[in-house]
Amino acid sequence: MSQLSQRPVDPIVGESHHHESAFGHVTGKALYTDDLVGRLTGVLHAFPVQSTQAHAKLEAIDVDPAYAVPGVVRVITAADIPGVNDQGVKHDEPMLPVDEIMFFGQPIAWVLGEDLEAAKAGAAAVVVATEELPSLVTVPEAIAANSFHGVQPVIDKGQVDDAFADAAHVFEGEFEFAGQEHFYLETQASLAHVDENDQIFIQCSTQHPTETQDIVSHVLGVPAHEVTVQCLRMGGGFGGKEMQPHGYAALAALGAKLTGRPVRLRLNRTLDITMTGKRHGFHSTWKIGFTEEGKILALDATLTADGGWSLDLSEPVLTRAMCHIDNAYWVPNIRVHGRIAKCNKTSQTAFRGFGGPQGMLVMEDILGRVAPKLGLSARELRRRNFYSAGQDTPYYQPVRHPERMGAAWDQVLTDAEVAAREAEIAEFNAGSPDVKRALALTPVKFGISFNLTAFNQGGALVLVYKDGSVLITHGGTEMGQGLHMKMLQVAATTLGVPLSTVRLAPTRTDKVPNTSATAASSGSDLNGGAVKDACEQILGRLRQVAAGLLGAPAHEVSVNRGIVSALSSKKTVTWEELINTAYFQRIQLSASGFYRTEGLHWDLSTMTGEPFKYFAYGVAASEVEVSRFDGSYSLRRVDIVHDVGDSLSPLIDLGQIEGGFVQGAGWLTLEDLRWDDSDRPSRGRLATQAASTYKIPSFSEAPEVFNVSLLDKAHEEGAVYGSKAVGEPPLMLAFSVREALREAVAAFGPGGAGVELASPATPEQVFWAIESVRAASPATADHREGERVPS
Amino acid sequence: MSAPTTQRATAEISVNGRAHEFHGPPHTNALDFLRGQGLTGSKEGCAEGECGACAILVARPDTEDSTRWTSVNSCLLPAAALDGQEVVTAEGLAADEHIHPVQEEMAVRGGSQCGYCTPGFISSMAAEYYRPERAGDAVDPGEHCGPNGFDIHSLSGNLCRCTGYRPIRDAAYALGQPEPGDVLAQRRDRPAPASATTDIHRADTATGQMGRYRRPATLAEAGEILAAEPEVVPVAGTTDWGVEVNIKGARAKSLLALDRLPELRGITRTDEHIELGAASTLSELERELGGSIPLLGKLFPQFASRLIRNAATIGGNLGTGSPIGDTPPALLALEAELVLTSARGSRTVELADYFTGYRQTVREAGELISAIRIPLPLAPLTSFQKIAKRRFDDISSVAIGYAVDVVDGTVAKARIGLGGVAATPLRARATEAMLEGRPWTLETVHAAAETLAAEGTPMDDHRASAKYRTAMLRSSLERFFAEQLGAMNQEATR
Repeated sequence: MSQLSQRPVDPIVGESHHHESAFGHVTGKALYTDDLVGRLTGVLHAFPVQSTQAHAKLEAIDVDPAYAVPGVVRVITAADIPGVNDQGVKHDEPMLPVDEIMFFGQPIAWVLGEDLEAAKAGAAAVVVATEELPSLVTVPEAIAANSFHGVQPVIDKGQVDDAFADAAHVFEGEFEFAGQEHFYLETQASLAHVDENDQIFIQCSTQHPTETQDIVSHVLGVPAHEVTVQCLRMGGGFGGKEMQPHGYAALAALGAKLTGRPVRLRLNRTLDITMTGKRHGFHSTWKIGFTEEGKILALDATLTADGGWSLDLSEPVLTRAMCHIDNAYWVPNIRVHGRIAKCNKTSQTAFRGFGGPQGMLVMEDILGRVAPKLGLSARELRRRNFYSAGQDTPYYQPVRHPERMGAAWDQVLTDAEVAAREAEIAEFNAGSPDVKRALALTPVKFGISFNLTAFNQGGALVLVYKDGSVLITHGGTEMGQGLHMKMLQVAATTLGVPLSTVRLAPTRTDKVPNTSATAASSGSDLNGGAVKDACEQILGRLRQVAAGLLGAPAHEVSVNRGIVSALSSKKTVTWEELINTAYFQRIQLSASGFYRTEGLHWDLSTMTGEPFKYFAYGVAASEVEVSRFDGSYSLRRVDIVHDVGDSLSPLIDLGQIEGGFVQGAGWLTLEDLRWDDSDRPSRGRLATQAASTYKIPSFSEAPEVFNVSLLDKAHEEGAVYGSKAVGEPPLMLAFSVREALREAVAAFGPGGAGVELASPATPEQVFWAIESVRAASPATADHREGERVPS
Repeated sequence: MSAPTTQRATAEISVNGRAHEFHGPPHTNALDFLRGQGLTGSKEGCAEGECGACAILVARPDTEDSTRWTSVNSCLLPAAALDGQEVVTAEGLAADEHIHPVQEEMAVRGGSQCGYCTPGFISSMAAEYYRPERAGDAVDPGEHCGPNGFDIHSLSGNLCRCTGYRPIRDAAYALGQPEPGDVLAQRRDRPAPASATTDIHRADTATGQMGRYRRPATLAEAGEILAAEPEVVPVAGTTDWGVEVNIKGARAKSLLALDRLPELRGITRTDEHIELGAASTLSELERELGGSIPLLGKLFPQFASRLIRNAATIGGNLGTGSPIGDTPPALLALEAELVLTSARGSRTVELADYFTGYRQTVREAGELISAIRIPLPLAPLTSFQKIAKRRFDDISSVAIGYAVDVVDGTVAKARIGLGGVAATPLRARATEAMLEGRPWTLETVHAAAETLAAEGTPMDDHRASAKYRTAMLRSSLERFFAEQLGAMNQEATR
């Protein structure tokens, strides 16, 4: 065990605790950014003028009619930006357009009003003159037009072409699948005001306060030390508040600077869906070769990410997709081309999994499709190709602990009683012509760390007050994932005090500077390391004080749940007594902590290295029931075994696993982003731009039976107190739902043929898959012949 | 006799036991009003009644002498509609620093992650916690009830993006019955606040326009207003109007609230028909009919969510004239008639003749839907098929209602109502004609499938392709037949 991963006796990490703000949540007392508006006076409300074209030359903006609307205070256009007109990090993302409109819904100007009604009326009055330009809406359109942006990396390992020549079976295919709207329940929100001495203070629902600060600072043309960003908590983030909040925060800050009044900018749901980036949809083409025994020999794939109008985080998303196309499987010879389509849509961005799910989906889809053609069950084909010890990934990183995948797989087979249930399902299906059931298992292997090595650092500030109470702040943000509770547990464990002794203050850029985004599942690894470091610094100083009080050597001193003792001393003192003594001895009772993940390296130019500290593993088994009448289905039972290392906080980890799974199932089966790709004037408009048309899972989509276990014997040497990251990996356990649907569809036909399934596999798409399976079956082909799946 | 309606500039609303005054312009919804009062626990997640983050509890009449705590979407409800009413929010449930059992269970079981949807969930759960019939359902739990009688479908209008719902379900099923001394439980035993006669006039601060919200005391008064002021917008549960206001920016100069008019509420039974008051909410009908109209019994659970059904009225679902409302296919199959009432008197129109075009009907200016009549006897074989992306709380791509009578193996009468396949809901008359007089067999069903598939003129949209809609019509009869066969087999094996 490493020093980082080793736990003291009787640690508070590992205990189950509810969310740190749970009682605030249930009583409505927990505050979110937009709840703060009533605490300020004279607040102005912002509303955008949105583009009604996918692509156009911006010729003129007439703001005068807006000023004629009662209650309108200020209209903001690109001309008002004193610093750099850019809300991204790639310098390709103007915060407000100067001469070119890039997508339907893009904000062209903002109106500040005395109330929202005035701002809306003002926005409706602004007159925008444009000249329409040809637009690219779909990925195939962008590919055909050769419209790409950013890097075009290549993974190339082994002898791909030779391997295809040796392969017993070679298959080729194409697969395009949809992205996903984050649909955090709390939409983007910022509240800015000019504080004392021209200091800009912004409350913002952001996963990345430091970058919000950076962007505000360059948009306003002021140094970073004039800008403070605070995030109390977010009502969900899921990656959608990693990059997306910056421009809105900067607009609010600019408005506050221009008017001297506080500015509230909260997107309503429609604005949020039509303006902010989403999970990237992908287009893929692939060719795969197998040995006679069904072992993968070679894969050649091209992944094209739907980047939207600007780069945003598309490059690292693409990189992670490429690094996860192997998922859990050993692919000795592999070539993957990656590219990013530039088209006239929202700028797609981070979303839980960050490209990983997209890369893995390509592989899981291939295996599900070709298994019948190899004469194997998909379950057997998957298991046969698992990584084993000594093998490495397509980017040459050794796969550590691959046996954990096998262990999780076997445990799911046992816990979920798979053999018995498969027999039951076969019996049920034999007597049920209209409704079929199926069960599928899929594995997850997911790399933890930011691909870009520099981001793998965290900071914390720990203050011990004279009465012994402890206040911690760290660089991570709370979006519901329970990070703050884990950090409280890490601090209490390291200092040796009861959990109630430690309190947490909200994330602010003037407490902990230069933080990384709370993203890539890394929040507890990075900030936990930093909190632990700060606590250890303080504890190191306190040991000397305690040694004096106890009459024992400093290295013997231990603090446990507020009691200070030493092996060779019969005396004990309380934490409070120790702190009081330390203060009078003029010992510093605060520390800033820092952590960087050791041992990472990554070469983007060759797509090789060891970008990940470790891999998180998991396996899920899902059982579905499908009706042939309409393609509707239900999720009857889900069993999951997931690897979280030695859990820091089991109840919170359980919540991440369950929630991630259901969110993944939503992406794969239900959530349907429909962009207008017709030639009507509404071309480029998102048709599903409200909760009534974009459906996320509700109670009816949750599994009827949901069993989740944490993998035993899962200590992780490389992370704080032996734990593993948990935010993203469970999302991909939902592949099991999609694969179960595929197998249930197959059960309507004679078997042996591959089933192609669209993603999302909505009831309509499942219906067409069933129809095509039934049409291929002589027993059931009837008057429905000639019916074709609409393309 | 009702009190005369006097014009005022404010509404008086009791929130969490304290008196609040509402002064805002009439388009202000209850959510914005509450948040403006510093009660920021209720959240806006979608502003169209889909996510439930704004859910609150309102004291509604149960019987004449008792109150039912009813959960509604505050984002769709005009604040003025709460004049004289009692509201409880998540903040109010935790009165005097005592955490409410619903809050306790949700907190300790991991029922909240980001917490943004949580106060809305708490309100929906509290309404179900106080549902008077729950104790009985605990003895004999139905299909969707926990061991404590908690109907999990009561939460179908609340969305959570974080938890995956399992801990919320566990929290719901862990709840006991209210303790003696529970103030909200005791409140149920007294009458609900009477419907206020409201007339609020306010200028809109931004536009300077005047707005008016009126709640008349009698149907006669409502009829007079409608006859005299053609620009008045009549509203009931405002689950459709609220969306128009929030999402599409609709602003009415004058609103007329019909939902509490006593003449439009309740159920009347005669030998010839069952008459449903148009301003009865879907929840009230669901409860009071108790399965006595089986086709409606199948429809109600699939109609939007509990939060919507608690506010939406059956008359309102027809008043909008929408082609994708869920009640018309069922009511068409039941051969329902509408009673249209105005200051000039009443007339009766068959629902099949009511719709004339996309969101157009024969209802004339000044007329209200006052009742829906379901003729008796009811056909014995019924089904309601709703095709949608999401199983519950979704808008249908296609909806089909069946009411069929089979005598000695032959179809004596078939009535089929369709929604989502044309500019209006419609009867599948060609299919009905084809079925009648034929033997009720799979062969007949197959023969009629193409006829049913050809009814209507479905379109492509973001919900479904036209092809899929047609395919749903084609497979519908076979599905209905299979359901009936399944039900018969189940009956036979008992």
